[in-house]
Amino acid sequence: MLLTVIPFILSMHRVASSSGSITLKCKDLKVLQLEIPGMEECLNISRSIEALSSVESVMMMYPFFYRPQSMKLKDGWQLYPLQHYYQQIATETTAWRLSCVNGEFTVCPSYPAAVIVPTAVDDNTLKKAARFHQGGRFPILSYYHKKNGTVLLRSSQPLIGPNRKRCPEDEQLLSAALNRGERGFIIDTRSAQAAKQARMMGGGTESKSSYPCWRRLHGPLERGRPLQESFIKLVEACNDTSLSMDRWLSKLESSKWLAHLKGALSTACLAAQCMEREEACVLVHGAEGTDTTLLVTALAQVILDPECRTLTGFQGLLEREWIKAGHPFHFRCARSAYSHARLKQEAPIFLLFLDCVWQLGRQFPFSLEFNEHLLLVLFEHTYASSYGTFLCNSEKERCLCEVKEKTHSLWSWLNQPSQQKKHLNPLYTYNALVIWPSVEPQSLQLWQGLFLRWIRSSQYLDEAWAEIQRLVTSCEDAPEESAGDRQCHSQPDAAHPHRQTQLGNAG
Amino acid sequence: MEHIRTTKVELVKLIDRFSTSNKSLTGTLYLTATHLLFIDANQKETWILHHHIAAVEKLALTTSGCPLVIQCKNFRVVHFSVPRERDCHDIYNSLLQLSRSASYEELYAFSYNPNQNESKRLQGWQLIDLAEEYRRMGVQNSNWQLSDANRDYKVCETYPRELYVPRAVSKPIIVGSSKFRSKGRFPVLSYYHRDKEAAICRCSQPLSGFSARCLEDEHMLQAISKANPAHHYMYVMDTRPKLNAMANRAAGKGYENEDNYANIRFQFVGIENIHVMRSSLQKLLEVSGTKALSVNNFLSGLENSGWLRHIKALLDAAVFLAKAIAIENATVLVHCSDGWDRTSQVCSLGALLLDSYYRTIKGFMVLIEKDWISFGHKFSDRCGQLDGDPKEISPVFTQFLEGVWHLTEQFPQAFEYNEALLLQIHEHVHSCQFGNFLGNCQKEREELKLKEKTYSLWPFLLDEQEKYLNPLYNPNFSQKLAFLEPNTVSFNFKFWRNMYHQFDRTMHPRQSVFNLIMTMNEQNKKLEEDFKELEAKLKERTRQSETLLTKEPLQSVHPASPALKSSPGFKKEQPLLPMNDSNRTIEGSNTADNRYSEYMEELSKAEPAIVSLEYGVARMTC
Repeated sequence: MLLTVIPFILSMHRVASSSGSITLKCKDLKVLQLEIPGMEECLNISRSIEALSSVESVMMMYPFFYRPQSMKLKDGWQLYPLQHYYQQIATETTAWRLSCVNGEFTVCPSYPAAVIVPTAVDDNTLKKAARFHQGGRFPILSYYHKKNGTVLLRSSQPLIGPNRKRCPEDEQLLSAALNRGERGFIIDTRSAQAAKQARMMGGGTESKSSYPCWRRLHGPLERGRPLQESFIKLVEACNDTSLSMDRWLSKLESSKWLAHLKGALSTACLAAQCMEREEACVLVHGAEGTDTTLLVTALAQVILDPECRTLTGFQGLLEREWIKAGHPFHFRCARSAYSHARLKQEAPIFLLFLDCVWQLGRQFPFSLEFNEHLLLVLFEHTYASSYGTFLCNSEKERCLCEVKEKTHSLWSWLNQPSQQKKHLNPLYTYNALVIWPSVEPQSLQLWQGLFLRWIRSSQYLDEAWAEIQRLVTSCEDAPEESAGDRQCHSQPDAAHPHRQTQLGNAG
Repeated sequence: MEHIRTTKVELVKLIDRFSTSNKSLTGTLYLTATHLLFIDANQKETWILHHHIAAVEKLALTTSGCPLVIQCKNFRVVHFSVPRERDCHDIYNSLLQLSRSASYEELYAFSYNPNQNESKRLQGWQLIDLAEEYRRMGVQNSNWQLSDANRDYKVCETYPRELYVPRAVSKPIIVGSSKFRSKGRFPVLSYYHRDKEAAICRCSQPLSGFSARCLEDEHMLQAISKANPAHHYMYVMDTRPKLNAMANRAAGKGYENEDNYANIRFQFVGIENIHVMRSSLQKLLEVSGTKALSVNNFLSGLENSGWLRHIKALLDAAVFLAKAIAIENATVLVHCSDGWDRTSQVCSLGALLLDSYYRTIKGFMVLIEKDWISFGHKFSDRCGQLDGDPKEISPVFTQFLEGVWHLTEQFPQAFEYNEALLLQIHEHVHSCQFGNFLGNCQKEREELKLKEKTYSLWPFLLDEQEKYLNPLYNPNFSQKLAFLEPNTVSFNFKFWRNMYHQFDRTMHPRQSVFNLIMTMNEQNKKLEEDFKELEAKLKERTRQSETLLTKEPLQSVHPASPALKSSPGFKKEQPLLPMNDSNRTIEGSNTADNRYSEYMEELSKAEPAIVSLEYGVARMTC
């Protein structure tokens, strides 16, 4: 019992007066108050909790010790290989190939071993292009839009620098992504000014003259420390139930969380619109290409692709666009909102993504196969988990730590029928259309199920939701039952008794 | 009509009010005696009732035409561009005249004719019977009785004829008390809680000034207190902010002095007056109507408007009232200044928390008839039905509906009705299409002979009540609770998008759970009916076959029937029926509606080199 609780513990505020009480502020935003008789015990417990909740080494973390009897190691780790995704693309086009140039993680330490690149570009060119990108994250395919054959690419910023360096291989790679005569859009997740300033630090953004086929757009998104502060402020505001209406609204505003949501959704819609409406290819990058970039590419796919809105499709998306794509979960999701340690690397980018998906679910309640509960589970597991799925910062680190050999995969647990049942949206029906959300401030809502989860009772809302579930399934179960009926009895037999009674009545 | 000079204008543009690039639809504008009608190129019709028009504005001429902005009381805002200035001017003048009626007889209710026969019309007016409602509450009884003091509106013009007062109160006391109360609105029963034997009473402020007393009024309050056998004290809730109440003393009005009244507990609640509420709503609408609104401007605008603060104050007051009765068994007397705005809000919301009957469709109508219509909430003045003092207009009733909506959000299973009923009632409070909300008080309504000349709204709503049913309603929900206790921590209050943006389709969720469940229920009902019908037919056929045919032909009847025979077997067809899919398709999900490309235009401003998509694509190809 204790062991499963510990991973959730973030920090301990000892109110160690005579009473001996411990306040536990958990990463899932829960706050627990424990009264412990005896000061000595209290101190011991608090020391142990403190030590156990701040384990430094990945290999010492709980997933490496978690051994549920019903599960086998290695199950679930091969559920969503990139090869499968590539195979789907390969059946439609020959313009893309799977490259193992990063097989040893030497070209780009944060990329997976296999990546999808234009067929026309060889591995040597890729290596050179990688040197021209921060962290070696050269442009690779993120999503292939079957409907019109356009692609979504992502990378990190090019290392243009103050001297406006060029890289013919990178230019070649990007033009190979387009068909002859086609134009593409580069969506930079920084403001134009920030992108320009990045040159001073050796970065920058693609210039018109070097990349004549590409047009640049800017969708500035918040990241890093300011985003973490936004999260902390919002949680603080939610936890203070004594706030007057004016204070609450002004705190909600100053947290800027909803503004970040709007920004993320708008930029993702922009990328989706370029592909779907303008039928153009899109390259997304910010600076490192591991945060806002992934936020935009992943969201755009949920909006565009009905496959990503299914339970397994969504897991595949997370695997491809967040985990394998090298979002540094270990750094970003270390301490959650109650920590006041100024951790430089901490940022709730992935939570922002989950919130955006939740907003999509609110606006299109029948179009996501999974429900809010799954999003909550994912939030919890990114910060503290019994499973290895969100451990480490990249595939390279996961290989070094032997995560796949020594821990269980979250997916194999989530895909057990008993778990799946909890996470399915009873209203779901397959919707082949693109789901364009409204991004007006009036349409965005505070995700109460997450931010107010431990603060207010949701009993009546939960009961209402159970009732919806009951109503919908009772409607939909009926045909299934009857299907069962039909299988059990051959038709004439089934009909016979009825006919007899009917005749009886008539007679 | 003498006000209409132009009845039809072609090539009018209806401009998307939120579009920064002035996206528009072209169509024809028609002006009728009752409505303004716009039919766009896709034959989509937009009807605007003249009475719904709150303001018409003619903006400066532009190259594309003469802009005309119409703001409606149901929060529709339309922005037309009329090609010729003369037409625009004509329409503008006509609308100004048509939207401001000088007398009640000009209102739509007096000409509205739904082709119903006279007896049905009269029956409609009898649908809500307040005498019956007081019987339901359990009065008259040993403590409360019907008083005929106001039979001829002699004691108080703005009260109804039938009033319930404590048995111990004689007519001189009533008259004396009424003389000590603003507008003669003396304390009377609004709601009686049968189990607790406690009551909600209402009145206006006392004319106490700094020191005046009135023995009859003191006697009256004592009698009310004693009418609750269990209890020795009662609450007096002054719903105003303390400062306002004190300021009133200088004008010879004010509030009860606890020293003069035995056993009262006095409480200020702090709901602002009609003027504050009017300007608050105005600010709210200004913010929500802004083009390209940022989240932060929206939230700070929401805060500055104070709107949600007022709604919270309302619910806090209602919770205080409900708790006093349900938990302390204490009777509560509620008043504000005149006792027809805030008092109506708090009494009705309080009763709604206490009594599940008011959470049914019929009960909600009764509640509105009782606490709003009969007790003289000045609907005509507050909704600006006639051309009158704009300072009298105030969204007091809208706030009440919003309070109810917030309750339905917190207790999804407690209400028989849904949001659509609230919106529809709001629509008709302003439409002047039915007689219920015309005028300011019962006396005035009788003088207008509304029951003879107009229709009542309620039977029309009941006729289409399927639309207003909450599919999640659970009649047993309330049984386990003494009263509904909403959580009034600030974060529970949300901007009511479906009210203030009800006509801005693109802002709403593209798929509605409620609609889906309601259509599912409807389909099930229909399928059951179909099934019964088929079963009856089948019976008929089998009977025929039995009488007419021998054993062998019986087999031939069989293939047609068994599938229909067993109920589940028939239901199997359901997923194949077309309507199931149509429920779930997405309405209005379209990039153009969502203005992302405009967002991009904004982005492009940051760097001139960047092109916006709308225009950029063409230029890029060169």
